[in-house]
Amino acid sequence: MATAVKVYGPPMSTAVSRVLSCLLEKDVQFQLINVSMAKGEHKKPDFLKLQPFGQVPAFQDECISLFESRAICRYISEKYPSQGNKGLYGTNPLEKASIDQWLEAEGQSFSPPSAVLVFQLAFAPRMKIKQDEGLIKMNEEKLKKVLDVYEKRLGESRYLSGDEFSLADLSHLPNAQYLMNTDRGELFTSRENVGRWWGEISGRESWKKVVEMQKSPPPPSA
Amino acid sequence: MVLKVYGPTFASTKRVMACLMEKEVEFETVPIDILKGDHKHPQFLQLQPFGVVPVIQDGDYTLFESRAIIRYYAEKYKSQGSDLLGKTIEERGLVEQWLEVEAHNFHPPIYDLVIQILFSSKLGFPADQDVIKESEEKLGKVLDIYDERLSKSKYLAGDFFSLADLSHLPFTHYLTGAMNKDYMIRDRKNVSAWWDDISNRPSVKKLLQLYPYLIFGNVLQV
Repeated sequence: MATAVKVYGPPMSTAVSRVLSCLLEKDVQFQLINVSMAKGEHKKPDFLKLQPFGQVPAFQDECISLFESRAICRYISEKYPSQGNKGLYGTNPLEKASIDQWLEAEGQSFSPPSAVLVFQLAFAPRMKIKQDEGLIKMNEEKLKKVLDVYEKRLGESRYLSGDEFSLADLSHLPNAQYLMNTDRGELFTSRENVGRWWGEISGRESWKKVVEMQKSPPPPSA
Repeated sequence: MVLKVYGPTFASTKRVMACLMEKEVEFETVPIDILKGDHKHPQFLQLQPFGVVPVIQDGDYTLFESRAIIRYYAEKYKSQGSDLLGKTIEERGLVEQWLEVEAHNFHPPIYDLVIQILFSSKLGFPADQDVIKESEEKLGKVLDIYDERLSKSKYLAGDFFSLADLSHLPFTHYLTGAMNKDYMIRDRKNVSAWWDDISNRPSVKKLLQLYPYLIFGNVLQV
């Protein structure tokens, strides 16, 4: 049986892994089609038809072609509400609004500084690019301020948006995972509530599967 | 109790106000003076722990992050005012996609331009010409992609005005107003037509009449 749901992009990409995590939480079958960024496949005309900004992931379902990982996650949650984790995007409007609030906080406050740190600390060395110490220091300071807000919040609430794991927590997994494998992991572990939260969200079966996928050799390209 | 919107003079808050006006939802505003440090006040931080605007108060309920607020009210009042979310899950998916594009591809460079050009002297630092040049280039590339998209589609998500288009209003008003970068819109045929359409919507004109843009007390002509 052909699987309608397709994800285009390498699992090591933080944005791709965000979508993979969501699909696994929702028990939605999918086909992963690799895009070799090293070979510049994401900037070639065929891929640009799917994602005009030349970024991964791109996504397809039966009647739709989508990009932007957080939009894809919301779509998956709305399209498959009764599969897998039913509360991932809330079960009522107020829960959903709280999830959107923290999903936006992730996108606007957590993601920018953490993405710079992920590139500088995890990817630049592999790509033999010189690290920018000034940029690292500046973004570390920004991230600390964000994690201080999280520390307070997670002292009042088990997960960011409330008592249940949601898309808002899930969205943090990709960048945080990379940082936990560097010495900057202590930014999370030195904060009691953030550390506790990280342990819980990264311990989920769905995320463990994504981490395995990131370690495996890539599937074939399109 | 009437809905309260904090920080009405700021661009991100205008995003919320534009949505409320499209949905014909009554609201009142609460001023926030950044120069006086209102946003760092402990009472404000109880509402918005990151110390930024906007935040809304709906009776006992509070919500922050402008794009979370607009999603909530667009859904809550789905049956009144303009429909901003599309009619199907797939249309909603496209709205989410272009709202995420605005948040992650459009917003960062235009925000940097606004801060450097309009706010740097008031905030006490010299404008960084390198950042301005780089941001304008990045924004130009994004607008090129928009121009291509809008050659095939009247609005970003399809043939209907949605949250995705609305989200672009405030900062584009700055761009075409006091920043003298009108050409970035006008030089692109389809972006220009789209901008004429969305900026002349009755609710947008009414919003500007009732709540003009103020930069530290001075009215910004848009």
